[in-house]
Amino acid sequence: MMHDATIHPSALSDILIKNAYLVDPIQGISGERVDLCVSNGVIVDAVSEHAIVIDADGALTLAGGIDSHTHVCGTKVNFGRYMSPEDMRAGRTARRGVMYPTSGYTVPTTYGNSYRYSKMGYTTLLEGAMAPLEARHTHEEFAATPLQDMAANALFDGNWNLFEAAQQHDYRQAAAVIAWVLRAVKGFGVKLTNPGGSEAWGFGDDLASLDESVPHWDVTPREIIDTTIKANEYLDLPHSVHLHCNNLGMPGNYTTTLETMDIPSALNDRRQTLYMTHIQYHSYGGSTWRTFRSESLAIANAVHNHPHICVDMGQVMFGRTMTMTADGPMEFRLYTLHHNKWSNHDVELETGSGVIPVYYDRKNLVNSIMWAIGLEMALLIKNPWQCLLTTDNPNGAPFVKYPEIIALLMSAAYRDEQIATVHPSLGKRAPLPTLDRELSFEEIAVMTRAGQARALGLIEEGKGHLSLDAAADIAIYPIWPESMDPAAEYEDIISGFSQTLYTIKDGVIVCRDGKVVQKIENKTFWSDAYVPPQYDVEKNPRFVEMFDRFYSVQFRNYAVQDEYVRRGHPLVRTGKWDTEGGG
Amino acid sequence: MTEIPEAFSFSHTKQPSGGVHDGVVTDVLCPFCGCLCDDIKVTVTAGTITGVENACTLGAQKFLADTGRLPKPIRRDEDGWHEISYDEAIEYCVEILKNANRPLLYGWSSSLTEAQAIGVHIAELIGGVIDSTSTVCHGPSILAIQEVGHPGCTLGQVKNRADVIVYWGANPTDAHPRHMSRYSTYVDAYFMHNSFRDRKIIVVDVRRTATADIADEFLQITPGGDYALASALRAIVRGRDDVVPAEVSGISKVQMMQVAEMLKNAKFGAVFFGLGVAMTRGKYKNVRNAIELVDELNRFTKCTITAMRGHWNVYGSNEVFTWISGYPYGIDYSRGIAYYNPGETTSADLLARREVDAAVIVGSDVGAHFPRACCEHLASIPTVLIDPYPSATTHLSTVQIPTAVNGIDAEPGTAYRMDGIPLQTRQVLPCTTHFTDYEIFSRIYARLKEEKGA
Repeated sequence: MMHDATIHPSALSDILIKNAYLVDPIQGISGERVDLCVSNGVIVDAVSEHAIVIDADGALTLAGGIDSHTHVCGTKVNFGRYMSPEDMRAGRTARRGVMYPTSGYTVPTTYGNSYRYSKMGYTTLLEGAMAPLEARHTHEEFAATPLQDMAANALFDGNWNLFEAAQQHDYRQAAAVIAWVLRAVKGFGVKLTNPGGSEAWGFGDDLASLDESVPHWDVTPREIIDTTIKANEYLDLPHSVHLHCNNLGMPGNYTTTLETMDIPSALNDRRQTLYMTHIQYHSYGGSTWRTFRSESLAIANAVHNHPHICVDMGQVMFGRTMTMTADGPMEFRLYTLHHNKWSNHDVELETGSGVIPVYYDRKNLVNSIMWAIGLEMALLIKNPWQCLLTTDNPNGAPFVKYPEIIALLMSAAYRDEQIATVHPSLGKRAPLPTLDRELSFEEIAVMTRAGQARALGLIEEGKGHLSLDAAADIAIYPIWPESMDPAAEYEDIISGFSQTLYTIKDGVIVCRDGKVVQKIENKTFWSDAYVPPQYDVEKNPRFVEMFDRFYSVQFRNYAVQDEYVRRGHPLVRTGKWDTEGGG
Repeated sequence: MTEIPEAFSFSHTKQPSGGVHDGVVTDVLCPFCGCLCDDIKVTVTAGTITGVENACTLGAQKFLADTGRLPKPIRRDEDGWHEISYDEAIEYCVEILKNANRPLLYGWSSSLTEAQAIGVHIAELIGGVIDSTSTVCHGPSILAIQEVGHPGCTLGQVKNRADVIVYWGANPTDAHPRHMSRYSTYVDAYFMHNSFRDRKIIVVDVRRTATADIADEFLQITPGGDYALASALRAIVRGRDDVVPAEVSGISKVQMMQVAEMLKNAKFGAVFFGLGVAMTRGKYKNVRNAIELVDELNRFTKCTITAMRGHWNVYGSNEVFTWISGYPYGIDYSRGIAYYNPGETTSADLLARREVDAAVIVGSDVGAHFPRACCEHLASIPTVLIDPYPSATTHLSTVQIPTAVNGIDAEPGTAYRMDGIPLQTRQVLPCTTHFTDYEIFSRIYARLKEEKGA
């Protein structure tokens, strides 16, 4: 199968962006006019006289957006599409120039995701959950999401080989398993979704606490989380363990979340030691749906006391959306509440998953509290580097709602206007109406790109900032910070963040005024972590036996071939094997 | 890898690639059914397959009885069939698609996802309809899933856990011969000491099939009785056996109570259903009812349901079509957007309404499986068959373009198993004379882009 590389006309041209109002927290630039020079896909200090000149005229200019937790590609995402022709009809567009037709509103087709993210200035996406056994599917969809660089977290929450290492608290063995799987499936990070719970769901059960043993396995979620974090840091992976806590969505689950935060000590000085995703879903008080309340204050305080933890919001926005997660038992509980169509897909020896459409109703008290909690987390957590902006797309809302969330965070007036439309008892159950913090452009830049770049370990890859030699991933928004008050002009914030003037990816103008103008090819980040020969799991008879006897595919057919990651970008790590005498 | 390259470089003669001339290839994917068994061992002697191990009869025949391939593209005129070159055949295909008002691209289940993806883009480019064999197979099951969802799992999950297995309207002994030994009834389980003895098998069918012979409970229902039986079982599972009459669809209440009890007491129940459920009276409503029975059982224990997908990579076609267009089959691009309305935009309906004015059939035998009216219409329009072997459809076609066989001599590519697991094929034989369907569609797409100035 032969291919010629795409030739990008603008890739051959230098670009000079004059009068950019640059906000770049990684460089410590909180808003000043600069000229940006782009050549050969990166930021340089001077361009040729033939450069394309863009006069930004003081428009807000940021590094390309990064989504550190989104569901856009792979088995369960595609199942969301497959089972929902009504959603496909809700968001269709025809071919326009180089843009293919798209379908879908909450779960758009791959090109739909790519175009809409690009229009919002996003250039890098982390698929939050990939079942290793089905990795080829994720990579096939990555190739059809061309305007963003991609990476996938591989799921380990029900991995039998990891369980056996965790039983022994053997983080070196766990590291060997993790490194092997990441290389085999071209995964980027380590995802734990309801650790142990997805295995229990194999027989229709779930786990209620961190110290309950996984049925048949004599290992607890606490041991799984602890061992995995130590293994992750031992391998020195770019990203930390990416955790979806146990008991998601249960009233009173905030205690589990607080206990989880106490598991790791700080093990990494470049970034967090633990990334806790969609924190909104894990910050619930009360003991039933009737007594359901926000515990955002307790969680935010704990985040302050654990500077080695980073969370993302998992913001809920009102309206129809699709939930999808590897947390199979949670989806079944949701099904028993909503009686909507329910899909489930357990993956042997590895994980589970579920998909169910939901409608978040602003007149419903529980939904109103959920909406409030996400915003409360972002407003209560003082350090924006510790709380990133997500909706757990599409679980809380489709990502096209991000501009509204930004406006809610930047404008107390807009929040008050919205609070007036939700359930009137909100204030008795959630502190949101009492919060008056309004985030700055700099804080928003942290929460939508700089913080993600740090959390994912991609600053060194030139992501999330526009320093010299950084990737020329640039978003120029029709927002003029020098002459506007975002707290008052929140409508302009929403429209401004919804559609860039220019989105530039690797030095190529890919999207202009909402229209994709150039086809490009993306790359896929994956983690290539060293393991010494004596820890090579392929020589471990128990590991091989697991495959031969209990998987339903052959060992030799498991690993994803190079064809699936044609523009794979391995992040090579040597780990701590030598320094700690492990190898 | 289903990438759509922006430019192709072509050779007008097939460049020999891969495979072995003499030797043994192991861990080969079987190219026959949706089980996609990937442990086949194939022996090649002097460029011919001489031995196949681990495969079932159907799979082994696919490798061993690989005779009668069409050597070169052929075209029919007043004097009958004539051999033509690949270049001529591809130009003919481009010509009819370019000039068509209502082109149909049908088949795709023997193709790799790489070729399927290009198919969708061709359909989009020419404003045509693309449809897969699902339309005459598990299409109704997909409609049911679109109504109520699908509680499923990978087959390894069934293998390691299922202690109660139901085959409903499916006869794996004949249609998916290794399904039971590789994924369900007979295979070793992690969580059972003696899995064969510990598993209970329930078979629901209108006749005593070979699969029924090994069942612990055989429910021989009256034809068309699937829906009522599922309703009765749902009522019993919900504790409303009081509304169930003494006999439903030919099954006694006593037996139904017994079966419901087995399902509720299972540690892990796995239901597999075939076209006996999806393509009998009631169609997608039968499947919906079976899925809702499984939903109900999950309130008591673990239970999953899986369609016995027949045609090799048919599930891949649903997956690829969905991530590109949003819909699993029957996609109409005639208005510039992707539009899906089974019954309107599906092949048999389009052909019966005589709307189609050019057709490309790939890896599927329409002539043997579609209603007569559809075949008559196909025979009256320019129809290109892209298939390694002559078939009944050849007689309806104006041109046939033979391809390498995916999974035998075609270069490696992707196929999806019936449970959604994607695997890469292995090339057994060198590919020396025939282009693959991927290569042919790549060329057609590139040429159509030129013609359309896209």
